[in-house]
Amino acid sequence: MTFVAPSIDYLRLAPFLIILGAACLGILVEAFVPRKPRFITQIIVAVLAPLAAIGVTVWQWGSVGQGLADPHASASGKVVSGTVLIDGPTQGFWIILLAFGLISVILFAERHVHSGATAFTPMAAAIPGSTLETEAADAGRAHSEVFPLALFSLSGMMLFVAADDLLVLFVALEILSLPLYVLSGLARHRRMVSGEAALKYFLLGAAASAIFLFGVTMLFGYSGGFGYEAVAAAVQSPTQSDSLMLAGLGLLAVGLLFKMGAVPFHSWVPDVYQGAPTPVTAFMSVCTKVAAVAGFLRLFYVCLGGMRWTWQPLVAGVAILTMVVGAIIAINQSDVKRVLAYSSVAHAGFVLVPFVGAYTVQTGLKTWQMSSVGSIMFYLAAYGFATVGAFALVTLVRSQGREVTALSAWSGIGRRHPWMGVTMLIFLLSLAGIPLTGGFVGKLVAFIAAWEGGYWWLTLVAVALSLVAVFIYFRVIQVMFFREPTAETGTVETPGAATWIVVVVCLVGTLGLGLVPGPVTEVLNQVSAFLMAAGF
Amino acid sequence: MLETLTPIAAEGLFQWAWLMIAIPGVVAGLLLILGKVTNSFGHFLATLAPIASFVLALMYFLDLLAKDESSRAVGLNLYTWMSSGSWHVDVGLLIDPLSILFVLLITGVGAIIHIYSLGYMKNDPNRRRFFAYLNLFIAAMLILVLADSYLVLFVGWEGVGLASFLLISFWQERPSAAAAGKKAFVMNRVGDLGLLLAMFIMLAMFGSSSFADVSAGADKLSLGWATLIGFFLLLAACGKSAQVPLQSWLLDAMEGPTPVSALIHAATMVTAGVYLVVRSGAIFEAAPAARLAVAIVGTVTLLVGAWIGCSKDDIKKVLAGSTMSQIGYMILAAGIGPAGYAFAIFHLLTHGFFKANMFLGAGSVMHGMNDDVNMRHYGGLAKVMRITFLTFAMGYLAIIGFPFFSGFYSKDHIIEAAWEAQPVLGVLALIGAGVTAFYMTRLMLMTFFGEKRWREGVHPHESPVVMWIPLVLLAIGSIIGGMVLNAWIGKWLAPIGAEAPENPSWLPHWSLIGIITLVVVAAGVVLSWYIFGRKEKPVPDEAPEKVSIVTTIGRHDLYGDTINNTIFVTPSKLLGQGVALLDEKAIDPATEAGAHAVSWTGDKVRGLQNGYVRTYGLTMAVGVILIGAALVLSQLV
Repeated sequence: MTFVAPSIDYLRLAPFLIILGAACLGILVEAFVPRKPRFITQIIVAVLAPLAAIGVTVWQWGSVGQGLADPHASASGKVVSGTVLIDGPTQGFWIILLAFGLISVILFAERHVHSGATAFTPMAAAIPGSTLETEAADAGRAHSEVFPLALFSLSGMMLFVAADDLLVLFVALEILSLPLYVLSGLARHRRMVSGEAALKYFLLGAAASAIFLFGVTMLFGYSGGFGYEAVAAAVQSPTQSDSLMLAGLGLLAVGLLFKMGAVPFHSWVPDVYQGAPTPVTAFMSVCTKVAAVAGFLRLFYVCLGGMRWTWQPLVAGVAILTMVVGAIIAINQSDVKRVLAYSSVAHAGFVLVPFVGAYTVQTGLKTWQMSSVGSIMFYLAAYGFATVGAFALVTLVRSQGREVTALSAWSGIGRRHPWMGVTMLIFLLSLAGIPLTGGFVGKLVAFIAAWEGGYWWLTLVAVALSLVAVFIYFRVIQVMFFREPTAETGTVETPGAATWIVVVVCLVGTLGLGLVPGPVTEVLNQVSAFLMAAGF
Repeated sequence: MLETLTPIAAEGLFQWAWLMIAIPGVVAGLLLILGKVTNSFGHFLATLAPIASFVLALMYFLDLLAKDESSRAVGLNLYTWMSSGSWHVDVGLLIDPLSILFVLLITGVGAIIHIYSLGYMKNDPNRRRFFAYLNLFIAAMLILVLADSYLVLFVGWEGVGLASFLLISFWQERPSAAAAGKKAFVMNRVGDLGLLLAMFIMLAMFGSSSFADVSAGADKLSLGWATLIGFFLLLAACGKSAQVPLQSWLLDAMEGPTPVSALIHAATMVTAGVYLVVRSGAIFEAAPAARLAVAIVGTVTLLVGAWIGCSKDDIKKVLAGSTMSQIGYMILAAGIGPAGYAFAIFHLLTHGFFKANMFLGAGSVMHGMNDDVNMRHYGGLAKVMRITFLTFAMGYLAIIGFPFFSGFYSKDHIIEAAWEAQPVLGVLALIGAGVTAFYMTRLMLMTFFGEKRWREGVHPHESPVVMWIPLVLLAIGSIIGGMVLNAWIGKWLAPIGAEAPENPSWLPHWSLIGIITLVVVAAGVVLSWYIFGRKEKPVPDEAPEKVSIVTTIGRHDLYGDTINNTIFVTPSKLLGQGVALLDEKAIDPATEAGAHAVSWTGDKVRGLQNGYVRTYGLTMAVGVILIGAALVLSQLV
């Protein structure tokens, strides 16, 4: 058997390679740069790499697959022997991932509010509470490995979005997950909780990966290939009974819904979001969700698009369940991070609504509307700004030098610190989908796409549930503004430059998407068509 | 199809129309952002803002008046909010005969109430915040009525809801105020749901939510969709305008400062529902069933409100019940169709004057009575608060429809139009007029006449000049409003689809229905006097315990709260608890039991596992099974 070396289009793949290279570089920095300048070097690498990758992506923007102009454009976006596909949606989701990855990494670097230390443990290997840990803390040590870890995860996410092959998809899933398991366990305070969260995340994630891989094998058995095109072709003209394919579809869906945090695969979300260091939570809650949704989109629209009538009702059921459970359980939570975690579950449900609509060029997109893919991108961007911004503010509320997230510690905080209160208010209103914020426009375009896709009943349910979900955020607002500050109320630390940047960027993003969404929708429409073989 | 004007592009002065919204909006922002710096002058600045907007609105009004009838609608495109491909969502303002009347009412009554508040809120520590919220409300309400599409209207709709919530719960230290604010918020969300859904259907059907496109496309809509949109719009109107079945928040909203009750919960915001129905005339034209539902809701509410008004001792709650009832009249008129639009708006304007007048009068009385609101503790105030009494009396005569006062013209028209459209509704509206006369006379007698029943230490006195000048202005409006507008308003509103009433003159036309109405009203007044006004039978100090079932039902707001609790609150609470319980109690044990069964072979393995992870893992397994089952079932079907 001869081995054919794959042809790789390095230029097209450059944004991904930059992030992967920077992650490797980060490891070298860890090994060779002296301790003192190490931390700052890592920050520079971790900030410059996403910036460079964004630059390259923008430079190549729209250069492949002139999406709307020609729905059946040739497969010119194929790189690495057709296992990775770089088309409009890849570029669109890359930009979103890189932007929020960058913002989260900046949040990792915050040392001002933690009185000179990061949010991460000084020495992960030390037993919590031991003298070794205290010594490490006193010596001002810091795990600067968090930056390369985040970059590795980010590179996995980028590959996940671009994968055009089931095996690549699986490998990408692992690359994005493993660093996250480690990062979740690195909290500086309440390390036992953090470690427990990491372990839970790992065990459940491993189970999900196994289920996912099982699904991959089923589809391989059905179609005899790993490439999306091969599977899509087999779906079009089946050579055997559907049972293998259905089993594969179901198992893959489970693996992806787990990463998204959809019900009933959501149980890890609140525990892990609460236990992980808050900057990591911000990173996970946005980037993981974006990657999972994007991978889900390509897999189900391109690879399994022919089975649309089968999976649409299924995902519709999951969407309703997710919205209901997320919105209703969030109301009873007494911890801000858990409230945001359940809110993230509910948002996974809302994202699934336009997903089910499957409103694309292939299903009769009217040129004056946004497709499901474009509206999902918009929705996730709006969700991302508000969520990262909210988590960034969560890190500021402290008591005795530690982050306090109990809702009781937030009572009256908006009165005592009006600026922080109003900023949080705007993020919460956006998450709630109130007009003039990005969240409202996001819901609007997303629900219209679902409606136009023929799922008007699901849209009605989603609109109704989005109003129920308002109460999640209303409750936090009420605690912040309409309760008297008590002895329990935490103080709001003055943010350092890093947090400042993150909060301001998120604020501008949230309001910008709400007030002038026009340019963004225009740009997203350019990249919202998947490249796929003819005959969806 | 309805004949509506196509807006012409704004030019000249009209390009600055956005200033009407921007001025109060910016002032509100300044007061909130600059904080304590503005404590000394903020309230004056905030009072100037609606006055400035009013002056601008007056200019536009005169300009429109001078124009040819066919060019009295001006569209001002502000910017393109969203565009994708050839699809544009534009943010624009529409200045037409309907919207400019609303702007004049909002800024005019708004300015008067700001002036009044200078006196009323003089000693409140949070005065600056109060004025900022009031300006925020004015700005949002102006967005609502000046919007040229449902989408922009929705922005204002949410804005007034927010301002209303902030102002109802302004005295946060009172738990009842906080609860009332919350309730208003919840009930309004139900209404908002209606508007959102209506908007989605419009966007899906017409690809646009602008009034022009919706009006143009409405007659091509299938009956089913038109009816659905109509019912959703009605739901929205019910939420904002406190109509049955979403009425109960308005009574609780009286927890807010009295000027708020006058401005938001009587004169302007609560009439947004009427505006919405009139503005959506084309939709209701295409959906007769929805239109009939509007008329029925209006009729039921006007009776329910009047009933509640009869049985309350709290002066503000009586007025709140009366507000519901009067808005019921407007909704009824709007439900009659084009023949009723002009009357709905007419009554809305006159009501804006006389109800604001009476609310501010009630505030003045409370000011003199140490904030006591119980009418059983009043009595004989006519002598000590002459100006308040006289101005209040003008509002009273207007609301009962005393000849030549403003309410006489507007309400009479509605009863007559209802009679012509549907005799049953006409008779019910007539009964409502009689009951209105009854409870308003009761209020007058208990407050201003009879024995003094003041509590100890209360020394009633006339309010300061800054408070009574607004009362005088509004009283003048209550007297002459009807006469001035009667001949003119039908013709003025013709361009938006209203049919001009017959006999347009300032003189009332004496029809049989008109005379019967007067007789019924007189009967209500006499009956009320017989019960509450005679010397030999003074009003008891404490509310009597033994009362008829009718009074008991009225005192409990017709059990609106109980019904709401049973229908909405309890199930949703139960659902919330249920789901949480299910998560903790049912799923956990069930999966745990499953886990026992699964891992009965390996106790040692279990010892290594965290119990929760096992639970979670099993939840996932259950999910996998569910998805598998769903897929299998989908193949079988």
